[in-house]
Amino acid sequence: MNPALSYRQAFNTILKRDLKIALRHRDDIVNPLLFFIIVITLFAISVGAMPNVLMTIAPGVIWVAALLSTLLSLERLFKNDYQDGSLEQLLLSPCPVFILVLAKIVAHWLVTSLPLILLAPLLAMMMNLHPDGYLALFLTLLLGTPILSLLGAIGVALTVALKKGGVLLSLLILPLYIPVLILATAAVEAATMNSPYQGHLAIIAALFFASLITAPFAVGAALKVSTN
Amino acid sequence: MWKWLHPYANPEVAYQFTGKLIPWFNGIAFILLSIGLFLGLAYSPADYQQGETVRIFYIHVPAAILSMGLYFAMAIAGLSALVWQLKLAHAAIAAIAPVGAAFTAIALITGAAWGKPMWGTWWIWDARLTSELILLFLYFGVIALGNAFEDKSQGAKAVSVLALVGVVNLPIIHYSVEWWNTLHQGATVTKFAAPSMAMSMYIPFVICFFGCAFLAGSLICKRFQGQVLARNSLRPWVKQLALAEDN
Repeated sequence: MNPALSYRQAFNTILKRDLKIALRHRDDIVNPLLFFIIVITLFAISVGAMPNVLMTIAPGVIWVAALLSTLLSLERLFKNDYQDGSLEQLLLSPCPVFILVLAKIVAHWLVTSLPLILLAPLLAMMMNLHPDGYLALFLTLLLGTPILSLLGAIGVALTVALKKGGVLLSLLILPLYIPVLILATAAVEAATMNSPYQGHLAIIAALFFASLITAPFAVGAALKVSTN
Repeated sequence: MWKWLHPYANPEVAYQFTGKLIPWFNGIAFILLSIGLFLGLAYSPADYQQGETVRIFYIHVPAAILSMGLYFAMAIAGLSALVWQLKLAHAAIAAIAPVGAAFTAIALITGAAWGKPMWGTWWIWDARLTSELILLFLYFGVIALGNAFEDKSQGAKAVSVLALVGVVNLPIIHYSVEWWNTLHQGATVTKFAAPSMAMSMYIPFVICFFGCAFLAGSLICKRFQGQVLARNSLRPWVKQLALAEDN
């Protein structure tokens, strides 16, 4: 047997493979984004289009919409691989599951959350967000959405073997998203009031690194349970 | 110690052992709760600010403490299920989760009943209330995930992972929510130093707390027995037990 792939090669291989698959199914990228836009539109319509009302709820609405659209796209993370059996092959490989899982999560974040972050300023403008809040919104999304992907991957890994995992997934994962939601909206609100928000950002960054280190292990354990 | 503990990993021995525990737990819980509630409801003084409404605290606080303690216990069971592959820990998780959820619900409902006269509203998005509500969601998640699997031992392993993830997240959720909004009074009981309340209230509270804890223990043992039977339903000893029941 030829020498095994180095960790970096394994990571890159999985990342490229997942990106290629995602780019061939463009609907999977576009639909969560459309969902994101529609949810925000619904909020604006239902609350009433008063500019100052929109201004106060903008950070919360944008973040909740981002959270829900992440949740919607999460299922794709392991489902197809589970169904065609390639997930089991991945778990059998000599490379640590940590690396493989991390590559899949990174690929998922690149195709779903990154476009969302790029789209967010447009929607922030439609929601009449205070101009001082844009940078904070961008930074919180940049640091916060990877946490959503990492924690969400645990939930997907636990429910991937189930036929009706979708609703269950939201029940499992949404409570875990609450700290990120609280900190991120607090940061954007602080920014719109021109007060410092570096503290909030620092805690979000801490959560990001903590979940980056620990979540892939939990995902690996959960995948082993799911594939039995 | 391991030699002493080893026989209890056998489902049959564990079933019989918990069977012996249940009457004791029931008895102790009954005695403690009747003394504690009698002292608390009839003898302890009314609070000078909160008046008679303070008496709900003798149920509310034990339920709130147990709601968190039981989640922690469930996570420990989850850890032993994952690390040492203990089959009985699977049954323990399934036994603890609904009891914990029930205590969480009791804490929330009694809290709401107390909040109406004192704060003037049933519900406030206050830190402790919110984190208790989130705890209830976490319990529901554990229960729902366990029910979703057809293969019980696979489901139990999945639940173990979820319980561990939840227990790591609980403090983070708690502190973030606390930072977000706080109205609830600070902890008065769980401080280990001098409790910041009168002894005449503290003693009935401690009695009530242990009463509730033993009640939870008895409920969990009963559910544990049921889970053990369900998971071992094809074993000869379970069949013998069922036949003995019939006669």
